Amino acid sequence: MKEIINLPVSKIEEEEYHINMGPQHPSTHGVLRLLVSLQGEIVKSLKPHCGYIHRGIEKMCEKDTYPQVIHLTDRMDYLSAHINNHAVCLLVEKALEIEVPERVKYIRTIMDELTRIQSHQLWWSSFGMDLGGLTCFFYGLRDREMILDIWEETTGSRFLQSYNCPGGVMQDIHPNFQKKVHAFIKTFKKKIKDYDRILSGNVIFENRSQGVGILSKEDAISYGVTGPSGRGSGWSCDIRKIEPYSMYGQVHFNEVLRYECDTYSRYMVRMQEMHESMNIIEQLIDNIPAGDHSAKMKAVIKLPAGEYFQRVESARGELDVYVVSDGNKTPYRMKFRTPSFTNLGVLDHISRGMKIADLVAIGASLDLVIPDIDR
Amino acid sequence: MDNDSLKARILEIVPEAQQEENKQYLTILVPAAKLHDLALKMKSTTDLAFDYLICLSGVDYGKQLAVVYHINSILQKHTVVIKVKTDDRINPSFDTVSDIWRTAEFHEREAYDMFGIRFNNHPDLRRIFLEEDWKGYPLRKDYVDEVNIVEF
Repeated sequence: MKEIINLPVSKIEEEEYHINMGPQHPSTHGVLRLLVSLQGEIVKSLKPHCGYIHRGIEKMCEKDTYPQVIHLTDRMDYLSAHINNHAVCLLVEKALEIEVPERVKYIRTIMDELTRIQSHQLWWSSFGMDLGGLTCFFYGLRDREMILDIWEETTGSRFLQSYNCPGGVMQDIHPNFQKKVHAFIKTFKKKIKDYDRILSGNVIFENRSQGVGILSKEDAISYGVTGPSGRGSGWSCDIRKIEPYSMYGQVHFNEVLRYECDTYSRYMVRMQEMHESMNIIEQLIDNIPAGDHSAKMKAVIKLPAGEYFQRVESARGELDVYVVSDGNKTPYRMKFRTPSFTNLGVLDHISRGMKIADLVAIGASLDLVIPDIDR
Repeated sequence: MDNDSLKARILEIVPEAQQEENKQYLTILVPAAKLHDLALKMKSTTDLAFDYLICLSGVDYGKQLAVVYHINSILQKHTVVIKVKTDDRINPSFDTVSDIWRTAEFHEREAYDMFGIRFNNHPDLRRIFLEEDWKGYPLRKDYVDEVNIVEF
């Protein structure tokens, strides 16, 4: 003990040491272990260790039929459950060349955007909490509850809906759906101003996030960092614009881009995306055409032999489904390119040279969902 | 660039390449030895400019193991699928592309973990999801699942 006390301060700081952040750490939002090499407070490098909740979803898919696979995709990125379902359904419909009714496209797009809003709400809540603002967590969860209630009525589930099925949606929307969505948007437009007041313009928050975790546009592309994190580096990577699906080709919305490339920039992209999502919903909600909620499908779905690829924009970035089919009712090989997995790859690169406390802010700004990494 | 001229440009770089028909994207099978060279040229040539590796997937075709690269150009807005295959199931290996597209580093570790495909010159080739002492490669078709989790 005496020896340590007598050691000159500079010598302690020169020594490199390792710290395990996680697997049980509140700011990793799940079971992710980061092996951080530190010199003093400065992060020298870090190695993510994943797989704590690896369930082998891709292996399970090879034994499941396509409608069964949809239920597994919910469990990858549970905050974009609806969008994950949507990706598989679009792929199956593309392979079978099925045209879904207009009504389905409207419902799916509205549900996708509701998913995006609630995902960003939860991200905002935990971002604030990670940086010490506990109030954010209560604000975010309070408002998110309204969306969960809307889902509960229509899909019968609050969290993992499995509402999409190949050809359409499981059941028609609840009669209260439109009324409740209107009520939510009206309320949330007021509440989101509080979000800005409590965090966006807060001087402590700005100091903790501005200039922290710089990710240049070239690096974002090379590391494949998509979604709001990539757009925070000025990379226009929104699949809703690049390869529009469902109603995205027909609604007007802006792709939110920021060019500061730091944690604050990634934060602001998500905040503005919530406004854009509400904008999309408002364009669609009153015009849902009448009709069937599902196309006619065969009882057993078999994809023609071949290879299929579907890109969608989930709340975290680009989600791709790649299927190799041999003509059977189960996929021969199914691969999910999940956004959190690829975004995690950049964490080492952007946190080098930062303080360990900044690592929490950087991790929060990438919005990682651990089951989405591990699958 | 449209698919025909894309194909012509890639055939210029690798004359042995073959196109696979009836695919969603232009799909080209290249010999494993030419992969790294092709990838480098695809990224650095200005009219190709393939700067974004969307997805890298391992596939077990039964006799052969393959790696499938979905590559996109943000500037030129075209997409191509490059495939490499090997008959060697005991010691399959390809050159890494993680020096060209950094995102490949994680994806290649996943392919190594699940298919046992080794990537030469990879900076940190370890298992990513499973434990270091795990026996076998689960996504291979000949993998025997002793715990029997998947088969009911």
